[in-house]
Amino acid sequence: MTTTHSTEVPAKAAIPPAASTAVRVQNAVIKYGFIFVTVVLFLYFALSEGSFRESATLLDTLRYVSVAAILGLGVTFTMAVGGMDMSVGAVAGLGVSVAAQSMVVHNQVGAVAILAVLAAGALAGLLNALLIVVLKIPDMLATLGTMFVIQGGKLILVDGQSITPGMTMSDGSTAPGRFTDGFLRIDRGTVLGIPVSVLIFGGLTVVAWVFLARTRWGRVLYAIGANPEASRLAGIRVGAYRALAYVISGVLASVGGLILASRIGQGDVSAGTSQLLEAVAVALVGTSVLGRGRPNVWGTALGAVLIGIITTGLTIKGLPYYTQDVVEGAVLILALVFSFTLSKRRTS
Amino acid sequence: MSPTDAGTEAAVGLRDVSMAFGGRTVLDSVSLDIAPGTVVALLGANGAGKSTLIKILSGVHRDHGGEVRVAGQAVSLNSPSAARRLGIQTVHQRIGEGIVPGLTVAENLVFEELAQKRGNPFINGRATLARAREIQASLGLGWSDAVLKRDVTELGISDRQLLILVRALATRPRLLVLDEPTSALSAAEAERLFTLVGRMREDGIAVLYVSHRLGEIDALADRLVVLRDGHLTEDQVRPFDWDAALRAMLAQTQETTTARPVREGAQGEVALSLRGVRLFAGRKPLDLDLRTGEVTGIVGLLGAGKTELARGLFGAEPFATGAAELDGRPYAPRRPSDAIRAGVHLVPEDRHADALVPGWSLAQNISLPFLKALSRGGLVNRSREDALGRDTIDALGVVTRDEHSTVEQLSGGNQQKVVVGRWLAETPRVLILDEPFRGVDIGARRDIGRRARALAADGSAVLVLSADVDEVLEIADRVVVLAAGEIHLDAYGDEAERDRVIRTIAVSV
Repeated sequence: MTTTHSTEVPAKAAIPPAASTAVRVQNAVIKYGFIFVTVVLFLYFALSEGSFRESATLLDTLRYVSVAAILGLGVTFTMAVGGMDMSVGAVAGLGVSVAAQSMVVHNQVGAVAILAVLAAGALAGLLNALLIVVLKIPDMLATLGTMFVIQGGKLILVDGQSITPGMTMSDGSTAPGRFTDGFLRIDRGTVLGIPVSVLIFGGLTVVAWVFLARTRWGRVLYAIGANPEASRLAGIRVGAYRALAYVISGVLASVGGLILASRIGQGDVSAGTSQLLEAVAVALVGTSVLGRGRPNVWGTALGAVLIGIITTGLTIKGLPYYTQDVVEGAVLILALVFSFTLSKRRTS
Repeated sequence: MSPTDAGTEAAVGLRDVSMAFGGRTVLDSVSLDIAPGTVVALLGANGAGKSTLIKILSGVHRDHGGEVRVAGQAVSLNSPSAARRLGIQTVHQRIGEGIVPGLTVAENLVFEELAQKRGNPFINGRATLARAREIQASLGLGWSDAVLKRDVTELGISDRQLLILVRALATRPRLLVLDEPTSALSAAEAERLFTLVGRMREDGIAVLYVSHRLGEIDALADRLVVLRDGHLTEDQVRPFDWDAALRAMLAQTQETTTARPVREGAQGEVALSLRGVRLFAGRKPLDLDLRTGEVTGIVGLLGAGKTELARGLFGAEPFATGAAELDGRPYAPRRPSDAIRAGVHLVPEDRHADALVPGWSLAQNISLPFLKALSRGGLVNRSREDALGRDTIDALGVVTRDEHSTVEQLSGGNQQKVVVGRWLAETPRVLILDEPFRGVDIGARRDIGRRARALAADGSAVLVLSADVDEVLEIADRVVVLAAGEIHLDAYGDEAERDRVIRTIAVSV
């Protein structure tokens, strides 16, 4: 560069501000605070409770959180485009019923059931995309609407009953099929000692991370979330990408449904409902991990692990199960303090 | 009168005011007295410390060194409301921050009184209207009750600005700080503002007027001070020595900003031609040819149709009627991605709302439109992305630590360079710049202008749209005057001299 010469005053702005110790400590707390808390809690439970140290317990913990974590990954995609998906719990529940319907009522093999569940998830995502992108309904309200529609529609599909192998159907005959062994292995089987559901969780985390953080499509999703009009004027088809985020979220939620169905082993009509809040909490907790203040895949995965450690640890400590919600809620609020209050202060 | 006397007479005085952020000194021992009834213009390049000074006066920054005196008494401006109580009112550049949508014009006019009212907690519509009427009458706004009862969002941008100004004046301030007050106003609207400022001076209000527009300062100010790198480097009273002021502001000697004669167009081939395009319903359709190798400048006031033209060419809001051809082939972009693929690029008017992605690095902001070219199998090649960022920083002289700095760490002028630079990754066929110099200092303006001219020399057609005649004369080969969606002048070289352009705008209004 020799021909042009900046006439701007040689800006002092170019010199990095020498941060004071206090500021540096605060930044470190914001950035690594959450990981630190996770490690400390883990060590505390591991040192004080012998049974917590067993690898079976740890794997069970991961297995337990895998559904909320995968649903949380879907929520992370919708949060990246500046939206939210409140229907993930219902879509997972729909997946449970579709899986049972395929195998128990229609006597299909596991592979067909899996495809049917994934297709149902994609359709639910398309419905959300239609409402949000085409009909311009605010994301939170639109997905709240689809949540009710999907829950209600599912009940109609199964005549309001949980589908169990060998049950009597409305025409008096006995249901011909059952959950196949292969399908049940999704949650109950292991590979090299690791539960399949944990492997799915890990694999999807890596794939989702590569997609959001390393590909141009992921970059575009974040751009839309940060400034949709600037994205449009940069030539991005904003509507198409927002639709993509909801379809991905729907498909991921249905994967969560597959794991749930395999875990329960029947078409429980109430399955999935409780997963919504955990999934949203996990994704929100994730925004505070590493102090990014924005949705990110590793944050979501770590948030899920943290919540798993806390619930398992407290259960072993003998805290009654009904205190879980309060504890998870407190973790969520603490995480929100991290990502909104503290990070804002840092930038100002 | 000795300097100490001036201190006791000043409406507001600064004594050795300093400010540092994280070890970086932004203001260094600034002393300034502003006498009642004078308009003091504050000049400075982006990053010189103007914003910090304004924020100290408006009570936003508390931890500054030195002292602020109001009517000779040292005071503590520890909150915006404290500053207001002491009679310092600030009208910020961003108008949106001042008005409350959903309330009526009248309610917005008396908003500060409403917000602080003690006693009756219920809003009394009639009393509000009466008070609003009083305010508008005392300042001669000429707003009827019908206007006062409207929702404030129905006002245009200039009327909103006026509203905020009037609201500040209604409190009878000692000092009024105006930060780039005309940046969103057309010439006629700015004129209305100047009349108001003149009246304030007669009423004994001290005014600190911050602007990049030298013409305004020349017309309005009694005194001029220049801030550079946190120091006050120049202090003049009328008549102003512009050469000295600009030198003080820009460190090195610069030729003044008088427009250079528009040179004869290079007369390249027609890149983009418009036929029968109607910018507004009921207006005559417009024909326009944009040639390669030249910079076409379109001048027009607010509402002339400049932004409509730019957005139509870019497919952001397609034209309702008419046809366009790009290099002889039909060109009808339905969305920006169509235009970009065809090589038509737009630098939009509002960089914050329409161009920058907040929190992202320079490199990421620059690569956004051309991510596909920087990716393989979908994966973004980050070393190529960074290299593109560095190239852009070099080509436009962006002042920054490196390509990983976030856009928020840059001054406004440098942000604008980033926004322009992102479109130069691929040489555009047609580059449209909508108000590229708004809120940008002279240095950045020259850097951007030079790059745009170089682009035209390389064979692009460049279109610059602006409300500022001097900006357009400085950069363009050919000047087109647009008013209410119609072309009133289209001239090269000597035919497009300043007076003729201004006269054309004046008669076309």
